[in-house]
Formats: sequence, C-alpha cells, structure tokens
Amino acid sequence: MDTLRTLPGDDVRQIMWRFTDRYDIQMVVQSARSLARGLVARLVAEGARKTHEWTDHKAQLLEAFDTSGLTALFMDPHQGGFIDGPKNLALALVAFELAWVDAGAATCSLATNLALAPIHERGTTEQRDEYMGRCVPPLPGEDRAPFRGAFALTEPLPYVGVETNTLVGKLRVAKWEEGEEPILQVDKRGRFITGMDFANFATCAVDTDDPRIKSSCIVIVEDTDPGLFDRGAPTLKMVHQLSSTRDPVFNLQVPASRIVGGYTVKDGVIVPNFTHSEIIGAVFHRTRVPVALMTTAKLLSAVEPVIRYQRQRFRGGDASEPGTSKYELGLQAKPDSVLRLVDIWAAGEAGASLGFATARLFDQLDPTEKEKDRVFAERGVCGAKSQLTALRKVEKQAIEYLQMEAAPTRDEARFAELGQDTLVRFALLESLANILCPACKLWNTGNGANVMREALALMGGYGITEDCPGFLFYKWTDAQLEATYEGPEAVQRRQLSITMTNEVFLARLRIIIDQFMALGESKPETGAAVVAKGLALWLWTIEFLHRAKDPSGARLYHNRRQNVTFPMADALCWLMASYCQIGDVMELAEKGPENAVVAEGLEGTLGFFTDLSLVQAARAAGEASRVCASMVYGFGPQAAEELDAFDALRSQLDRSMAGAALAKDRAAQALTQVMIPEALDYPL
Amino acid sequence: MSAGYHIVVCGGIVPDPLQTLEPVQGPAGWGLKNELMLPAILDPWAGHALFEAANLAKNVPGSKVWLVSMGPKAKLQQVMMTIAQKVPFELVVLDGPASGFADAHETGAALAEAIAAIPGLDTSKLLVFGGWQSASRGAGATMQVIGEKLGIFEQFQGVDKLEVLADGALRVLERVEGGSYQDSVVSGAPAVFGWATGELPEPPNNPQVGMQNMRLVMPALQKAKPVKLEKGPEYSGVQIPSQKRETRVVKDAPVDQIAKEIVDWLSA
Repeated sequence: MDTLRTLPGDDVRQIMWRFTDRYDIQMVVQSARSLARGLVARLVAEGARKTHEWTDHKAQLLEAFDTSGLTALFMDPHQGGFIDGPKNLALALVAFELAWVDAGAATCSLATNLALAPIHERGTTEQRDEYMGRCVPPLPGEDRAPFRGAFALTEPLPYVGVETNTLVGKLRVAKWEEGEEPILQVDKRGRFITGMDFANFATCAVDTDDPRIKSSCIVIVEDTDPGLFDRGAPTLKMVHQLSSTRDPVFNLQVPASRIVGGYTVKDGVIVPNFTHSEIIGAVFHRTRVPVALMTTAKLLSAVEPVIRYQRQRFRGGDASEPGTSKYELGLQAKPDSVLRLVDIWAAGEAGASLGFATARLFDQLDPTEKEKDRVFAERGVCGAKSQLTALRKVEKQAIEYLQMEAAPTRDEARFAELGQDTLVRFALLESLANILCPACKLWNTGNGANVMREALALMGGYGITEDCPGFLFYKWTDAQLEATYEGPEAVQRRQLSITMTNEVFLARLRIIIDQFMALGESKPETGAAVVAKGLALWLWTIEFLHRAKDPSGARLYHNRRQNVTFPMADALCWLMASYCQIGDVMELAEKGPENAVVAEGLEGTLGFFTDLSLVQAARAAGEASRVCASMVYGFGPQAAEELDAFDALRSQLDRSMAGAALAKDRAAQALTQVMIPEALDYPL
Repeated sequence: MSAGYHIVVCGGIVPDPLQTLEPVQGPAGWGLKNELMLPAILDPWAGHALFEAANLAKNVPGSKVWLVSMGPKAKLQQVMMTIAQKVPFELVVLDGPASGFADAHETGAALAEAIAAIPGLDTSKLLVFGGWQSASRGAGATMQVIGEKLGIFEQFQGVDKLEVLADGALRVLERVEGGSYQDSVVSGAPAVFGWATGELPEPPNNPQVGMQNMRLVMPALQKAKPVKLEKGPEYSGVQIPSQKRETRVVKDAPVDQIAKEIVDWLSA
C-alpha cells in the first residue's frame, strides 16, 4: 500500500485550502515565504528578538514588506494594491507563511492593516481612499514615504486589558466656529499598541466627554496634528519581539472629518455615524482569523524539524553504525515518538482547515455584508440594533433555504428566490462566521499552544535551547500571546456561548450531522461518522441544558453560568475543526487526480491525510463527549430517561471510533518513511 | 543601440537542492525518487541569466525578454509563481522532461526550435542567454547546441559580465582558469551567452510585476507544446556522491580565525 512519500507541497495545499485557481494569491504566498525564510529567519537567528526596543535591525522588515508587496496587499487596485475583491484568504495565508518562521514578524506585517481596518470596514469612501492610498509604498517616480499606522483600542495603565464598552479615551469639542468644521480634542492613552514606533497615524477608540458629541467613535490622529503624539514607553513583552509595541499618549486636536465613518450634526450635536463598538465588531470579526492561523503555522512547521531530530538523534555517536535501525530511524525506531508527532500534525491540519475555511467564508461574507448595508439603507433601517431586529425576521427564511438546499427535491422557484435574497444570504453566512471566527481564534491558539508544548518536548536533546531547530521555543511562547490578544480566550468563549444557539446555525448543524452520517457510511475511514456522532451528542446536550435545571431549580444554560456555556463552546470548537479538516481531505480526494503533480503519489498522500482526519476526529469527539458527560451528570441528578437517552448517544459515539487507533498506527508508520529535505530551509 | 535587443533566456527547473535527491531507475530510465513531487526552483544558473537579461533590457530601451523553459507544465506553473514576480518577461513553455538524465543535444534542439518559432523575434537583435552549467543538465553543452542550431556562432561561456559599449559592441568577461577572465568584444547581436553567476543579486519578489507577467504566463502554460525527447544515453549505473561531513557549530568565532581555518583547509 502506498504511503506518504514527501511532505505535502504547494500543489496539495492549494487544493486543500482552495486557491488552486488564484495565482495572485499563490504569488503572494511565495513572496511571503521567501521573506520569512530569508530576512525574518536571519533576524531571529541573529538575536533581534532580544530587545524590547524597535531597532534598525528590526526595521529592515518594513522595507522588505514594502518591496515584497505585502504592505500593498490590503489595498484595492485603485488605491495602489494588486488584488481586487476580498482579501481575507490572502491575508490569512501571508500570516501563516510569516508565522511559519516568526509570528512577531507576521504581526508587524499586519499592524498597519489593523490600523486601517476601522477605516476599511466603516470609513467613508474618501477616508478609505486617502489613508489606504497613502499607506501604499511609493511607485517608481514617486517621492514619498509610505504612511504606517497603529490601532489604539486598549486602555491606559493601570487598566490593562480590552474593554470595549467602557472607554477611557475622551473626545471633546475644542473649537466650533459657525459654518466651519468642528475641531475636536482627542485625549487617549494606549496600551500594548503594535506598530507604534513607526506609526504616522493611529485609529483611536474614544468616548464622548462633551454633550455636543453624542456617542463613542473611532477617530484618526496623525503625528503632524497639533498637540502631543507621544509614542510612549516600549511594552516589555516577552514574545513577538519582531513587532514594535509601545504605550502611546495622544493629546491632539483634529478636524471632525477624522471621525471614522463620518458624522452628522443634529440639533447642534455631532452624531458619529458609527460607535466605536460597531466598528470594532466588524474589525475583529476578520482580523482574528490570521492570528488563529499564526499558531497553526507553528504546529505544521514543527513537523519537519522534529522528524529530522528523531531520525538523526543517534547519528555521529559510537552507539550506532550506518545501516542499523538505530542509525537510520533514530527515535523513530520506537512508536511513541511518531505517535505523538501524529497528534501534533493532526491538530495542525485541523487548525489550518478551520482557519482557512473561516477566511474563505469572510471572502464570501464581505460583499454580501456591503450589499446588506445598502439594502438596509434603502429601507431606512439604521443602527446596529435595528439591523439586528430586521435580520431576526429573515431567520426563518434562512432556515427554509438551508432545508431546501439539503433536500433531494424542492420547489426550485422558491429556492432561487431565497438564494437571491441578500438578507437571507447574509443571515446564512453570518450565522456560520459567528461560529467559525471565534472558534478558530479560541481553538487554534489555545489548544495550539498546548500542542506546541508537545512539539518542543519531542525535541529531547535540543529541548529549550537557542539552537533548537525551527525556533520551536519561541513559537511555543509566542503562541500564548496569540491566545491572548485580539480578544482573550474568555472573550471568544463568551461570543460562542451566544452565537452557538442561533437557530440558523443549529439548523445548519442538523444538516451537517445528516450529511456526515451519510459520508461516514460511504467513507468510514475519514472519521465523518465520528464527527457526526459528536455533533449529535453536543446538540442533544445543548438542548438538554436549555430544559434542565440544577437541584436548586436554576436553569443550566444561562448567560452567567460560564461553567456550562464555556465548556460547551470549547467542545464545539473541537468538532468544527474536525468537520473542516474532513472537508479539506474530501476536496483533495476530488481535485487531486486532476493535478499531474498531486496525482503522482496521491494514494499515499490522501491515505495519510485521511488517517490524520480520523485520528483528530476521534480526539475531538472524545473531548466533546467528556465535556457533554460532565454537563449532563455534573449538575444532576437528572431524570432517568434523560440519562438513558444521553448514554445511548454517547455509546454510539464511542463505537463510531472503531479503527481510529489503527489509523494512528498507519500515520505513525508513514512518518518513519516520508522523505524530508536534506537541510532545514531556514537557519538556526 | 536604440532598437533594443530581443533577449531569449533558456532556463529549466530543477528540484530544490535542499531535498534529498536519490537516483532511481524506472520504466522510462533513470530519474530521481519522487521527482515530480519534490518542490522545484528555477535552475540557479538560468536564474542569473534571467536577472542579467532583465537588467540589460531595462537599460536598453526597446528590448524585450522571453523565458523559454522546458519542464512538466504543472511544476513550471508552481515555479512561475515566484519567478514571475522577479522581473518582467514573456514565457514560452515546452511541456517536456526537466530531468537531469535527458540528453543535452535533444534538449538543445527542442529549445532552439521553440526559440525560432517565437512570433516577432528579430534574429538580428537576438541575444540567447542561459546557464553555462545547470543544476540538473550539467553537461555544459546545451547552450552551445542551441546556438549552433540557430546559426549563431558568436558564443561565450562562463560569462560574469556583459557591457554594452558606446558603439553598440558588447564587451564580455568569461571565466577562465585560475580565477582570471577572458576579455572579449563582439560587434553586437546575435550572440549566445552562457552565464556563470553574473553580477546581480536575486531581485526581491514583487507581486505587481508578477501580476503583469502572469497575464501571459497562464496562457503560455495552457498552450504549452508537448515535447518527447528521444532516448538519450544509457547509464550503466547512477549513485549519489558519497558524503563526508565534518561540521562543527562554533559560535562567536572571530572572522580572522574562520578565514585562517578555511585557508588551512584549502591548502591542506
């Protein structure tokens, strides 16, 4: 039987992550990769991470981002960019490639994009074109430096942390002459602001401190504005040192046209068109995905150095001669080392599948969201709350569409009508994005950090040393920051605890369960049935938690009962990651034979990835099963018939895992055979 | 020369040298283990030729660069994702083997035929660039064969520098033994240049250049002409050169000490 012959190349990844026909994205990937494995790797190897200060050494990154096209990636062609349309997948892949070597460099690359994101998502057309155009590197013949930005949301010392509801940054009217544009006084202290060393502008979240300004907003400040643009002290962070981070102080006067999204004047009061939380919601929705994939890149990047270490562990000593099993296979002569590596690789695959699926989903969601806003504007539906109420009304239609889509026969006219309805499309996409986005940010980074520890542990003799190949120690510690910033784990769990009971999502989940049950019957080796059973158990448990009470009579599923909602959110993440992973394997099975390079050796590659998906499915379902059992039994006693029903489902889940250990054995065996490059592609 | 040059660069793809390259005999003869699945790069020798060609074209108005490449087109597409970002060129593709075991004469003849068929190519302005050697086709003969087939007898091999003189003549520095150069002047095109390492560093990737090139690269790949080479030489045996590594990891060693050790090793 054929087995994995080489580590998966670009051809395989392009199929699995669905950018085979996007050569613009393929080029960006190559560009980011050569930068990562060249300059970024050299900076890390030369010790650039050992200072909190932004140095000339680190600043080489900025010019490299400019010349390699990464700076302009976020912009549209008319603003000086080179990719038209949504760029979530492209940005996610760039973050993945840079974080393959160093996630701080990836963060540094994305920092200006984060500053621009409020303008991109909710800015006026003029604001978008002006700031995005200025941030593009100069074209040949232009004599200007690219503008760079920073995003200031978080609070001043000593209030360390993200608080999106209460803002300490203040906005007042400084001057407002009759018939002229108001001049605003911005007073903001930031904390842990990325890119602050070289930022020319900052997008700051501020609250109103003046009765003539109605609400909070995000305002743009520039380093040439009158007043104080103090970059502040460097943040003494212990990770991601290839990005600049400081605690700035702003006390400036800016024209009111700097309010992101614009404003209207009503009864002598400046009314920002968007509050800061409305903008932040749109921004973090998207920017969390690349961060999730940074940790995932680390897991997958660890595979090759670990295999090399395992195989070469005993070479050069007196204990083994060439040709002996100990010399050729090293630690891989014993199963434990490769079995553990299978777990790391499987987790990495699942994270990548979840993260890239989310990025692709946002590429679909972006134009639909703009269209939705246009429709609402036409209908006079303004403000987040009004939109939310209006969208609730289309949930039934969205569910109807989902059910018709999955049904063998349907009323085609009605199906087409629903499919063309912007609001229905938006409700469908958003209900899934509201799960996948926090799920990948939470699971890829949190679980990824734990798994990264295992990868480092497999390095044995190298261990926690500076010359540990692949910078694994840095990657492990960096992962903890990724689990923290852009919304710590509790924030993601909190969001999931609300969105995972959305009826449109639950309707989709029921369909996924049916589809995966059918897939599991035709292709049991994929683990689809395991995921289906796991999701069925999770769904039953959610429904149970809504109707069940504890001995004191209190409802189990409640906003404040985070020892119920949060573990259930975690369990769903495991299962959704596995669901996406199996989807990618099926895509490879379908499209692989069409590609001459992938077709060569496809049987082995596909067999290996299928084994990994079954291994991960069993792990995910086991985790979900444990959580669900702790919910059903942990808050008991409950009615006997409820427990019987749960036991029956759980038993079915356990049985569906048949063969998972054998799949792990096969995958581990494949790791002893796979060809790896002769040398690491970036230095120690 | 105001009319510019028509510069054709011949450049194949080779497996990334970081990979383990293990010869194996298959039904079609010798090849490398898992060759199709290994990541590929533009042959480094050809890479120098391409970067020099682009620089020459940039400095001589009216010039144009073509890259003629023979290899499996699926692999070529992957390599182009990087190469197309470096410098502007138009791609001409021959869908054939990139194996190091292919015969240089057959390969050279196929490339010459493809060059001759390029629409609008003015042979009076033609400069044929390529690698003096190759990381796979190391016979060092392919460029000469191409020149002979095209009827170009002004040929220079091991080129490190090409300079356009005021009168339009070309001054060429070719490597000769002992680290010296042969300094020649040729009156102008047509000529063949087998490049050594040239003088230019690898340009950074520029996706905007890439986007421009890819508009022509993708159609070129789609209409790539299949090439079947005649059976080349028969190899009675192939093996990897035996390796002997004596690597030490020494940190913070002074430059003088490193230099001394290298000199001692070279003169030992």
